[in-house]
Amino acid sequence: MGRKLLTEHINVEGIDTFEVYRKHGGYRSVEKALKTMTPDEVVEEVKKSGLRGRGGAGFPTGMKWSFLAKPEGVPRYLVCNADESEPGTFKDRQLMSKLPHLLVEGMITSSYALGANTSYIYIRGELLYVLRILEKAIAEAYAAGFLGKNILGSGYDLDLFVHPGGGAYICGEETALLESLEGKRGNPRNKPPFPAVQGLYARPTVVNNVESIAAVPVIVNDGGEEYAKIGVGRSTGTKLFSACGHLNKPGIYEIELGLPVEEFIYSDEYCGGIWKGRDLKAVVAGGSSVPILPKELILKTAAGEPRLMSYESLSDGGFVTGTMLGSGGFIAMDETTCIVRNTWSFSRFYHHESCGQCSPCREGTGWLEKVLHRLEHGHGHMEDIDLLVSVAKQIEGNTICPLGEAAAWPVAAAVRHFRDEFEWHVTHAKEAAKPGAVYQGKSVLV
Amino acid sequence: MAKITFDGIEVEVPDGTTILNAARQIGGSIVPPAMCYYTPLKGSGGKCRACLVRVAAGSTKDPRPMPKLVASCVTPVQDGMVVENTTSEQVLDVRKGIVEMLLINHPLDCPVCDQAGECDLQNFAFEHGVSTTRYQEERRTFEKIDIGPLIQLHMTRCILCYRCVYTADQIAKGDRVHGVLGRGDAAEIGTYIENIIDNDFSGNVIDVCPVGALTDKTFRFKQRVWFTKPVNAHRDCPKCAGNVTLWYKGQDVLRVTGRKDQYGEVKEWICNECRFDKKETADWTIEGPAHIDRSSVISANHYELPVLNQSVIADLPESTQRDLEKNPPLKLG
Repeated sequence: MGRKLLTEHINVEGIDTFEVYRKHGGYRSVEKALKTMTPDEVVEEVKKSGLRGRGGAGFPTGMKWSFLAKPEGVPRYLVCNADESEPGTFKDRQLMSKLPHLLVEGMITSSYALGANTSYIYIRGELLYVLRILEKAIAEAYAAGFLGKNILGSGYDLDLFVHPGGGAYICGEETALLESLEGKRGNPRNKPPFPAVQGLYARPTVVNNVESIAAVPVIVNDGGEEYAKIGVGRSTGTKLFSACGHLNKPGIYEIELGLPVEEFIYSDEYCGGIWKGRDLKAVVAGGSSVPILPKELILKTAAGEPRLMSYESLSDGGFVTGTMLGSGGFIAMDETTCIVRNTWSFSRFYHHESCGQCSPCREGTGWLEKVLHRLEHGHGHMEDIDLLVSVAKQIEGNTICPLGEAAAWPVAAAVRHFRDEFEWHVTHAKEAAKPGAVYQGKSVLV
Repeated sequence: MAKITFDGIEVEVPDGTTILNAARQIGGSIVPPAMCYYTPLKGSGGKCRACLVRVAAGSTKDPRPMPKLVASCVTPVQDGMVVENTTSEQVLDVRKGIVEMLLINHPLDCPVCDQAGECDLQNFAFEHGVSTTRYQEERRTFEKIDIGPLIQLHMTRCILCYRCVYTADQIAKGDRVHGVLGRGDAAEIGTYIENIIDNDFSGNVIDVCPVGALTDKTFRFKQRVWFTKPVNAHRDCPKCAGNVTLWYKGQDVLRVTGRKDQYGEVKEWICNECRFDKKETADWTIEGPAHIDRSSVISANHYELPVLNQSVIADLPESTQRDLEKNPPLKLG
């Protein structure tokens, strides 16, 4: 079993209270940073650690921090993106509800590094119970003197607020999140200007994922170089994966980056294999928006190397034979899964969640869903398959925010890897429309 | 100042200018189309994606190309930027796709639509689109809504450019209520607009609408726009500047609109009194024929011929130029 940096004490009784958390080494990073380090030194440690954004894009956190504009006399903000709503991803919810103080500690240390005196946690609106847990943790931190004026006598002030989200997937996009936090409709902004220059209230702002911020205390405590030793290549440290789908042991696993995918799926330490003794058919490795891969390609890269759970290895082969690590929503599908139905389901989600601001996404997501609905329900034509690819291509890269891509990639990838299944839905339309019908080289009813 | 190369043409513009406005300084056929951007409206742009261009070199400092196509209406220029619009296959291809997307839920009811002839979407589709559609499913439809006695909202035709929302925001200062309700392709213009019906300048939402979603109820179904004759006129108005365009059919003023520039943008808002109530020639001081410098059918009409304007005549279609040689233009004044 690999090292656990974030979730080491997750099952300790009462770890959500300040005393127990403190007893297990909590808030050490705040003391260390505020008393012995300058803000720039903290940023430097995070840079050295090679920590990459855990929200999906995988952009190096330290580099993002160093891009923050620092004009004189202008407030800066740190915003934690806790609007986790990607289908298949549920790591942040667990981390926040079990270890609220870890996030609060990370927020204090990170805010200090960035020179922010007001910070926000923008939490998904549906997670009201988690919001209450966080508010309790923040109140405890205020009482203990870790938040508020003159923290630990260092002269550094910080106020931390939790803000419930607007109830839309799009509010997880960083600029839509900032709009929503300002009290406006959650529409993504045009970039440039980037949030690092003009973010919240047109001030320089950094937006980080919960897991990225939770990793900061570990980095400050142990040092960036120590953190960088874990993992492989440019994928350093540990990452939470929320495994779901047809697995024997679905759940949240903290793994050292670089673990072979095969071990993650089949080892009893992790997911324990595919349920009911069935065979694996396909995997969506990083939340619903990343390309789906069939069994052969998720276990081994196109070159025949074993595929590892790391940013580089998962994206090996580009989108032709690879995928992305994304946000760590690991969805496994067994042989009884209908890929067309699954793709339609994903597509329906993106159609529902498109903000409707820019035309390719607004119209394209609906179009994709309708064509997939037609194919799945036995009214499709052969041309529809190429139509899907073409529409996905028209959306991809031409939208304001990445939601367009998130809608286009899964469809394009499903057609790329499972074209015969789509064709079967056209040639055997009546059979395919039956509930439980699935294609396994031939028609099978399960 | 920043020097950029747009489709091989060099132009120098002040820092902070958008790529689109730099292109407009060059002018002509290389200017990217814009369906949602509207210069007087702060915050507009970036939504329709019709103006996407390829940035082949970011700047002198960082000459790497930008990874994705960018919306030229909201992207500021950098010194040494190289932009490709009509010279890039990719851009033209994508633009074709944007037309297709915009037309998915837009009814092709141009024959009965009052906007036909001066519709941005019609022009855009004519220039960049394909003649068939691959979309087979049902289109979204809405009931028509009357926004007061003078304006009608037909959401079915709306392409959600947000221009009217920004207009409402600008003219009804501080009274923000709603903008767009709903998400994705279920989004619609909400009560925000209905709430400004009392405003003296509410009629301007008709002018900014690129399609026939917001129409003038005093003009609906009266006449095809290309059969009307645009004439610039002004009056002393206590509320607005009073500079308008009157649209004549015979001796009758059928409608009054703001004065639009060559990109269809109104530079001065006009008040509802000028727009809806003053429809007699006697109300106005006539300045002369208005020139509609756009690719619409109106611009090719013969009403502008009496004006001797060499730069305009050079842009006219060949058939019109032949007519012009036969009937030499008169000098006004």
